[in-house]
Amino acid sequence: MELNSRVPSGPLADKWNNHKFSNKLVNPANRRKYKVIVVGTGLAGASASATLAEQGYEVQTFCIQDSPRRAHSIAAQGGINAAKNYQNDGDSVHRLFYDTIKGGDFRAREANVYRLAEVSNEIIDQCVAQGVPFAREYGGTLANRSFGGAQVSRTFYARGQTGQQLLLGAYSALSRQIHAGNVKMFNRREMMDIVLVDGKARGITVRDVMTGEIESYYADVVILATGGYGNAYFLSTNAMASNVTAAWRAHKKGAGFANPSFVQIHPTCIPVHGDYQSKLTLMSESLRNDGRVWVPKKGDDKRRPSEIPEEDRDYYLENKYPSFGNLVPRDVASRNAKEQCDEGKGVGNTGLAVYLDFADAIKRDGEDTILKKYGNLFQMYEKITDSNPVEEPMLIYPAVHYTMGGLWVDYDLMTTIPGLFAIGECNFSDHGANRLGASALMQGLADGYFIIATSVAHYLASNSLEEVLGSEAPFKDSIQEVEGRIDKLLQNSAGGPAGKLTVDEVHKELGRLLWDHCGMSREEKSLEKALEELPGIKKKFWDSVYIPGSGKDLNQSLERAGRVADFVEFAEIMIRDALAREESCGCHLRVESQTEEHEAKRDDENYTHVSVWEHISDVEAPKMHKEELKFEFVTPSQRSYK
Amino acid sequence: MSSINLTLKIWRQHNSDALGNLETYDLDDVHTDMSFLEMLDILNEKLTKEGKEPVAFDHDCREGICGMCGAVIDGIAHGPEKEVTLCQLHMRNFSNGDTIVIEPFRSRAFPVKKDLLVDRSALDRIIQSGGYVSINTGGTPDGNSLPIPSSNAELAMDAAACIGCGACVASCPNGAAMLFTSAKISQLALLPQGHAEKKQRALSMVAQMDEEGFGNCTNAKECEAVCPKGISIRNIARLNREYLFAALTEG
Repeated sequence: MELNSRVPSGPLADKWNNHKFSNKLVNPANRRKYKVIVVGTGLAGASASATLAEQGYEVQTFCIQDSPRRAHSIAAQGGINAAKNYQNDGDSVHRLFYDTIKGGDFRAREANVYRLAEVSNEIIDQCVAQGVPFAREYGGTLANRSFGGAQVSRTFYARGQTGQQLLLGAYSALSRQIHAGNVKMFNRREMMDIVLVDGKARGITVRDVMTGEIESYYADVVILATGGYGNAYFLSTNAMASNVTAAWRAHKKGAGFANPSFVQIHPTCIPVHGDYQSKLTLMSESLRNDGRVWVPKKGDDKRRPSEIPEEDRDYYLENKYPSFGNLVPRDVASRNAKEQCDEGKGVGNTGLAVYLDFADAIKRDGEDTILKKYGNLFQMYEKITDSNPVEEPMLIYPAVHYTMGGLWVDYDLMTTIPGLFAIGECNFSDHGANRLGASALMQGLADGYFIIATSVAHYLASNSLEEVLGSEAPFKDSIQEVEGRIDKLLQNSAGGPAGKLTVDEVHKELGRLLWDHCGMSREEKSLEKALEELPGIKKKFWDSVYIPGSGKDLNQSLERAGRVADFVEFAEIMIRDALAREESCGCHLRVESQTEEHEAKRDDENYTHVSVWEHISDVEAPKMHKEELKFEFVTPSQRSYK
Repeated sequence: MSSINLTLKIWRQHNSDALGNLETYDLDDVHTDMSFLEMLDILNEKLTKEGKEPVAFDHDCREGICGMCGAVIDGIAHGPEKEVTLCQLHMRNFSNGDTIVIEPFRSRAFPVKKDLLVDRSALDRIIQSGGYVSINTGGTPDGNSLPIPSSNAELAMDAAACIGCGACVASCPNGAAMLFTSAKISQLALLPQGHAEKKQRALSMVAQMDEEGFGNCTNAKECEAVCPKGISIRNIARLNREYLFAALTEG
């Protein structure tokens, strides 16, 4: 597997501009001759579809839900970063770049991260022009707030619904192109396979989830914008349909998978409260602007929070990290919450929670001000827990939230399969080993609005592609393969449910295995144990899962089964990746590699690389390749937020 | 935490052409901290184990923002609690021994596809007909070049909070999509960015609404009562004003 990052030469600040100039273009009249497939309609997919269609390409866009507006970007709460420096507090493109690469613990590519910071400002302008109702100051200018890992106020927001508003902006741009006939939209399609012709991505095979029909579509370029794989853990903040299938199918056809063990565990989620629970709900990081995190100083303190006097409280983040306080990056906040709970100081019924307290903020700013900022989050919390955060501190605990790992891509966002691009959370490109808050929205829109069109043009102008019509052998083979797979999933159904397992039962078992052994802290022995147990879960899945109904109809159990089958396979490279990286960095804490103060200790000499996994076959172990990361413009330092 | 026992009467319909009917199921030991959809998950696990077909229902984010879930619970879209979607409705709103009737969002423009799952693509087509500012990517002015009073931005945000779930349509005696359509028209009418196209937008979106088979508004206000995002019918007044002005001046 060849890993050529194609990072342009020259000074950091000139790379993107030079690259845009040296990349080839397709003239406007010729663009309509090219077909582009986009899979997914989150921020990245919707913005890419709209932008490519505006430029004249013939776009076909696919989404799994009943409408492109429902992609999970919609649930992002807190905000989107940009280096506008509207607050005059010392922000700049270089600072946003530095914060992001440092936040990622120096495990991302300098050039990609710099480009992200560079286009961040254009994203805000674009969204404002679309009519996204960002929060404003009384004078009418755009308002900002602070997020973790930064000492400037650079986060733009629309109440606690920033993801929704940005996605609806991209969805409206997409809708305009659908209306104009430039995008053909396919709803309720699940991508099952990628079709290669002569080694190049030329189409996809999908299942129409309403009819069970297996269909294939052809194009000159395929763009995956299919999100992250956090649902491998069963419980996560992801939407129920979020899955790894599209990325995993591409991986099995030759796309390298980068850093699969880099999973962000978000510090402020509503704690688990029962085994019937289907998902976890995030409470935006923006709450840490005003909320103070604490636990009782003594373990097993059964008093109500209001009865615990100041001197018996441990505001452990403020005490341990005085300069960033409650706004340390997510990985640091999560790890510290786990540490407090492991020491027996956790609160709530399960002891697996810490307090996030707004009492001081309410005393300082008044209840109205706090409710204006966080009202909908408080309401959401109260609906779920039946407790009002104005009166009692919130109970929070870390949960799986975002995956920094993803399909390996070069500077042009192209995977190791020519003609197959990956954008948004689906790729690995910008966040290294930890993503800072309000950077996911930034990356999704940067990729979709401002980067992918240049890459697509360059690819099309530099390759002469032979004509395909979708009826060639690779398309037929792909359909056959997918149909065979569905039959295999349904193989246990004939005998009825007696003695069988449901899909969710196996998924929960996989989730527990990953959470226990490949979650917030990882250790060699424990990872090896997980690797030993994994084949048992796989066998259980294929031998015992009973799926009601048939494949020729809407069958939600079958849809889930297909995704879980892929999660089970995918888990292997996740665990192997965690095992191979014998250092701690960002989200990845190897117990063996810690500083004296229990902070993640990197090993730059041996692990300043991206680990990229290659699929060999279903019976052979995957092979790891390395893309060495070179730091020419920043010097990796031990991260300190003290 | 406590548990309750329930009787569920759920609409089962194999596909758009099939005749549907209410089936009765008993479900015991339902934890009151569960969400309504988690309760349906438990029922589906039970049905699967019994070799029966699980109930099909749409859902995704399970935190009240994607707009994918929704059903009529005892005659009320998204159930008895105010300003929540079905995924945010918790079982503590019900009592031991309750019988709960669960039906799909019904309306002429929302054909039932299976059980509780309906086709709401008509709402997408309304947005496609004009629910946007016609700008391409790139070349936009600086975000702060256009000051917008905070109060207008807040009002626009109130309207923009619509999640497109369709509860308004399902609750309207006329099957109107006025609240949905007016939310988008209001958002863009309240912001200077939307001004250039406001007349054309009002005319096209209303025309599309009619074409899809949605009814007209007669101020029954049921939509506002069930909207999970608390969207006000003032938006409908704003839509009427925008439409009237456009119709009179554009002919």
